[in-house]
Amino acid sequence: MNHHARSTAVEIKNLSFSYGKRNVLHDIHLKIAAGSFLALVGPNGSGKSTLIKCILGLLPPVTGTITLFGQPVEKFHDWNAVGFVSQKANSFNTGFPATVFEVVSMGLYGKIGLFRFLTRRHKEKIKEAIQQVGMEEYMHQNIGELSGGQQQRVFIARALVSDPKLLILDEPTVGVDAKSVSNFYSMLKKLNREHGMTLLLVTHDIGAVSEYITDVACLNKCLHFHGDTEEFENKKDEMMSAIYGHNVHVIKHNHDHEHHEHEHDHDRSRFR
Amino acid sequence: MIRVFFEYDFLTYSLYTGLMIGFLAPFIGVFLVVRRLALISDALSHITLSGIAFSLLLGKYYPLFSGLNPMYMGMVFSVGGAVIIERLRNIYRYYKELAIPIILSAGIGIGVVFISLADGFNTDLFQYLFGSVVAIREKDFMMISAITAIVFIMIVLFYKEWFFLSFDEEQASVSGIPKKPLHFLFMVMAALVIAASMKIVGILLVSSLMTLPVAAAMRWARGFKQMFVYSVLFGELSVVAGLVSSFHLDVSPGGMIVMINVVILVASIFLTKKTY
Repeated sequence: MNHHARSTAVEIKNLSFSYGKRNVLHDIHLKIAAGSFLALVGPNGSGKSTLIKCILGLLPPVTGTITLFGQPVEKFHDWNAVGFVSQKANSFNTGFPATVFEVVSMGLYGKIGLFRFLTRRHKEKIKEAIQQVGMEEYMHQNIGELSGGQQQRVFIARALVSDPKLLILDEPTVGVDAKSVSNFYSMLKKLNREHGMTLLLVTHDIGAVSEYITDVACLNKCLHFHGDTEEFENKKDEMMSAIYGHNVHVIKHNHDHEHHEHEHDHDRSRFR
Repeated sequence: MIRVFFEYDFLTYSLYTGLMIGFLAPFIGVFLVVRRLALISDALSHITLSGIAFSLLLGKYYPLFSGLNPMYMGMVFSVGGAVIIERLRNIYRYYKELAIPIILSAGIGIGVVFISLADGFNTDLFQYLFGSVVAIREKDFMMISAITAIVFIMIVLFYKEWFFLSFDEEQASVSGIPKKPLHFLFMVMAALVIAASMKIVGILLVSSLMTLPVAAAMRWARGFKQMFVYSVLFGELSVVAGLVSSFHLDVSPGGMIVMINVVILVASIFLTKKTY
């Protein structure tokens, strides 16, 4: 972690994206240092998921550049270094006849590559990842038989199995009960602090994650805030407390004039 | 009962061919069903019909083509149809299922026109529609063996990629799996299997062998690998029982195979407790 602390996991410069004529992202600059835990917040339709898709190379930006670990995203090939957990409800068919073991094994498929098969070592790795999220008892059950929170743990295991350096989570706790949510965040914190994994978490509710994260970025078409906790504490504590009712550590970006709008965004995102 | 199948060459061929189809169709069917593309087999089988009708028509006017096995032209149409379906699914991104009725009706429309031009229905065509135990020749047997080998090797090679793409396309793309070429390859495999299956089950009933055993397997299987085991088991059971009974009852094997599949499916539904 120390070694990576100063290197950059993701760097976005001057990024814009639109669906047809609808401009979704405008002039985004964002730098995610390796080893940080960044929460990306913003109201519905603020472009969070689109930004994630751009980072993952699923959508080509209209203008601007994205680099992952120093490589432009279009040329980036080391996708095993990037884990992704999406909003479960969108991308997953609950009735799919696959066991927990099979679902987690998918996380290795990209790494194994074409024309190669799972080896004994891969299988050990899969079991380890399942243990890491505490799902070993359910290894051979169909994914559809599990609860929402358990399913989400399985998807985390799938993302972890390839030992990613960067883990991106798009509102992973939607539809998961409150107790599971706090366990879930503790697990993320552990991955970040103990394993030095860089985390990018898309969330609606920054209040719930404030104690786990190191950085915050606020998005609503433009990036309104981006910074780390310490710097923010000096300057913006009061304002954020007023918005969230408790201490959230965010620092301001270089856009002083946009504070107002930012406050407003958070309001909306919280009381959506 | 089954002994007679080893006494005559043509029956032996049809039994072996049936065994291959009973393996192939449910095997490909598992992927189609979990991708919610079960109906694609219907669309492709109808477009195969236009290929066969086209071949019969060509044979009528150009003696050069009369020796050609209509299955080849059926295959060409089927693969072409598969390519067009993939394209249509991209064009109607939000109504992907539209591709199926478009190809299905185009297939049957073109087929019917060609059939009328080629003198209307005859026994040959009836065999293609509903399958036949006696229609299998050595050449068909060889071709279907080749298709079985190719499709089986492809599935072994690309099992994990097709599995991942079926489960979660977006995640699969993120992990660097080449989505488009693999989808394309899969559709070509499905088209080949459909063209190969039609002699036994018939064009109108091919889809039943690709979906009914899979639907039954879904009730029993724990995990994706077991889906193949159960699907193939049910597929083989229905083909063997269907062929033997249709021969003795002198009815089309396609119909018997479907009926046996329905029985297996209904039994599976009542014997299992799953709710999903």
